[in-house]
Amino acid sequence: MNKDALGRHMMGLGLAALRGFASSPLAQKVGLLAPTERLLYTGAKTTVGAAARVFKLASGKAQRAERLPAPSTKSDLFDPSVSEEQALLREVAQRFAREVLRPAALGADAACATPEGFETSLADLALGPMTVPEALGGAATEASTVTSALLAEDLAWGDAGQALAALGPVSVAAALTRWGSAAQQAAYLPPFAETVPPLASLALSEPRPLFDPLELRTRAVVRGNRYVLNGEKSLVVGAERADYYLVAAELLGHGPCLFLVARTARGVTTAREPALGLRAAGLGRVAFKDVELDTSDLLGEAPGSVNYAHFVARSRIGVAALGVGVGQALLDYVIPYVNDRSAFGEPISHRQSVAFMVANLAVELEALRLVTWRAAARAEQGHPFEREAYLARVLTTERGMELATNGVQLLGGHGYIKEHPVERWYRDLMTLTTLEGGLLA
Amino acid sequence: MNFETPKKYALLIEQAHLVGKEMFRPISRKYDRAEHEYPVELDLLASLLDGLNESGALAGAGAGKLKRGGGKSEAASGVRNGANLATVLSFTELCWGDVGLALTIPRQGLGNAAIAAVANEEQLARFGGRWAAMAITEPNAGSDSAAIRATARLDGDQYVLNGEKIFITAGSRADLTVVWATLDATRGRAAIKSFVVEKGTPGMQLLRLDHKLGIKASDTATVAFTDCRIPKTNLLGDPEIRAGEGFAGVMQTFDNTRPLVAAMAVGVGRAALERTQELLRAAGVHAPYDKSLWRASAAEAELYRMEAELESARLLTLRAAWLADNGIPNSKEASMAKAKAARVANHITLRCLQLCASVGATETELLEKWARDSKILDIFEGTQQIQLLIIARRLLGKSSSELK
Repeated sequence: MNKDALGRHMMGLGLAALRGFASSPLAQKVGLLAPTERLLYTGAKTTVGAAARVFKLASGKAQRAERLPAPSTKSDLFDPSVSEEQALLREVAQRFAREVLRPAALGADAACATPEGFETSLADLALGPMTVPEALGGAATEASTVTSALLAEDLAWGDAGQALAALGPVSVAAALTRWGSAAQQAAYLPPFAETVPPLASLALSEPRPLFDPLELRTRAVVRGNRYVLNGEKSLVVGAERADYYLVAAELLGHGPCLFLVARTARGVTTAREPALGLRAAGLGRVAFKDVELDTSDLLGEAPGSVNYAHFVARSRIGVAALGVGVGQALLDYVIPYVNDRSAFGEPISHRQSVAFMVANLAVELEALRLVTWRAAARAEQGHPFEREAYLARVLTTERGMELATNGVQLLGGHGYIKEHPVERWYRDLMTLTTLEGGLLA
Repeated sequence: MNFETPKKYALLIEQAHLVGKEMFRPISRKYDRAEHEYPVELDLLASLLDGLNESGALAGAGAGKLKRGGGKSEAASGVRNGANLATVLSFTELCWGDVGLALTIPRQGLGNAAIAAVANEEQLARFGGRWAAMAITEPNAGSDSAAIRATARLDGDQYVLNGEKIFITAGSRADLTVVWATLDATRGRAAIKSFVVEKGTPGMQLLRLDHKLGIKASDTATVAFTDCRIPKTNLLGDPEIRAGEGFAGVMQTFDNTRPLVAAMAVGVGRAALERTQELLRAAGVHAPYDKSLWRASAAEAELYRMEAELESARLLTLRAAWLADNGIPNSKEASMAKAKAARVANHITLRCLQLCASVGATETELLEKWARDSKILDIFEGTQQIQLLIIARRLLGKSSSELK
């Protein structure tokens, strides 16, 4: 997105609405929502997927797909700082995380769902318009992987579960923008630019030990002029509510591909399956039994037009960025805690055993953050980035666990009870270390 | 945001890598065995480096060039890539070759960094271009620099130094030694200043050279100062004792040199990891990121973990240097880089030794040497624990009397 478009968007949709949020609590805002508006919103949510499919079948003619360029860079200097535009966007995202996501986190975790009015309040961030190209009704003129990663990080600071619920659908839009055919883009992308975007969900993980996204067991075969899909996916965001899924499956003879599958398609069954953490995202299983798909349901023009290794790598960057956000939340929380908590006549932060744990938490968090940012920057610059995303994944696994357990340890018994958020971050971080898919950077 | 190395440093890195590969590696074992023997090959290297400096190929790199901020930006964003970044990039390559030899390159001593950080113009003119060692530690004062007992007494136009210093890297070889001493032992940190002593000054006596675990190519000296008189103008920085200002001047040096030690760690860590990857590939273990950590073999997974940790250490190091180049306070980030890179490098060199079994533990390969060399990096210029203290104090907003 260029600066003008960004400014337009943030002034129009983000900042203005957020100013409103600052003066009125979320509950009040939801209460003020007109009943007709709510009805409209509920209606749109349930019909848009089906409508899109009908539209798609009607307009299968060949056009040129819209692709977004990465922001141009004029300098090749080493520079770990964020741009002015990114700093502005981060301010908006951080405020949203602080004022909307964090206060709702405890309830959303218990309910295993986003709070009522979530999709509407999310409209203030304009995630959809920022992803959909201008020609398809959005406002995006560029696609920045770094900005996506920063957004994931900042929203996850508020609550990783809700951040995942917010970024899941828009990640499907990003995949369509990046790899979709012209017909798929025309059918699926415009609704994402609406106030309340469709609920789309990216299904990659499969329910088995040692799962590896590079060895899928969800399989598609060609039968006549159709595909037949079989398999099962887990940790699917909003599994039971999604209008449609973007499913990673091994296409016999071609390798891993992505398929657009409606939740209502024959042979699709869903089941709620709450996990240790990220519960607000409404995680669940989706099973496919002899699901018949059109050839046009394969993402891209033909098998192989989606770079599956990039798809996996982008999802790893997204998950790592969520982990960085939760880690930062943890660090920001334990610092005042260990300073305020006294034992043996002085703050516990005066003890090296405590202070060093905080220092190490900060070191490992920064380490994970920089590796994640580099992977995102390389992806954005068009360099190979699978290695860097893999390394970010390794650190998420290794350090996520360390951050999780030490965060609770620093609060002692208080870390174990729900009066403090660190037990939730413990669960969120550990769940992130097992998550593949869900979102893309 | 960009984490790739700018093109303008490609030549510098290539040259430094060549020095590491073609000059250091072939004599690595020789000087590891011949401890305390001066590596004469380095005189040639020093003149070569001076030449490269003049021709501009070194792009302002080197321990003696570590200035904060300064210089013009080449980018519209105002971002600077300067001497700090250039120096960590080149030191990484040199230490990929050999840490001990890199530490004994004439005119690249840590004392040079100290002079660059705090000297005034007149002192820069007098001391620039000469090899300077750094003398801080005493038999009874290591990490606790405030406990320094060496004294400096003003007598007319001269300071009179008394005391004993240990662990002086390049202490017997350098032209100059930067000595930390107190002007008034009753006034704590604020009274500690640094003084430049010329080699051969009467009253300065080399007591011994230590035999060490590693970095044997680098001499580590013990020096006694007995009524050693130096010109008053050899005091670096502010001669006044300003209560409450702590180490101000002298500690500034560390914000520039800690990223440099972190870079050394990244270099030796990479050396061990690359060699181990080569040896394991020949043994049929290859890790091209095509399997999840849990489907990889134990050896492959270990390679992945080490690579990830090394990458994070490298980026922390580059960022700390970048902050210095851009005049942004970096004490916390410099300590983070040093803490992480040093422990990661030590871990990698040790684990690589284990992965390669007897090949790693014996003297045919350099792996066992790197395992010895790397340990010093987690000790000098502030131990792991001192770095954690600095980081924790900054994060928690604690003074050194609160968080001891």
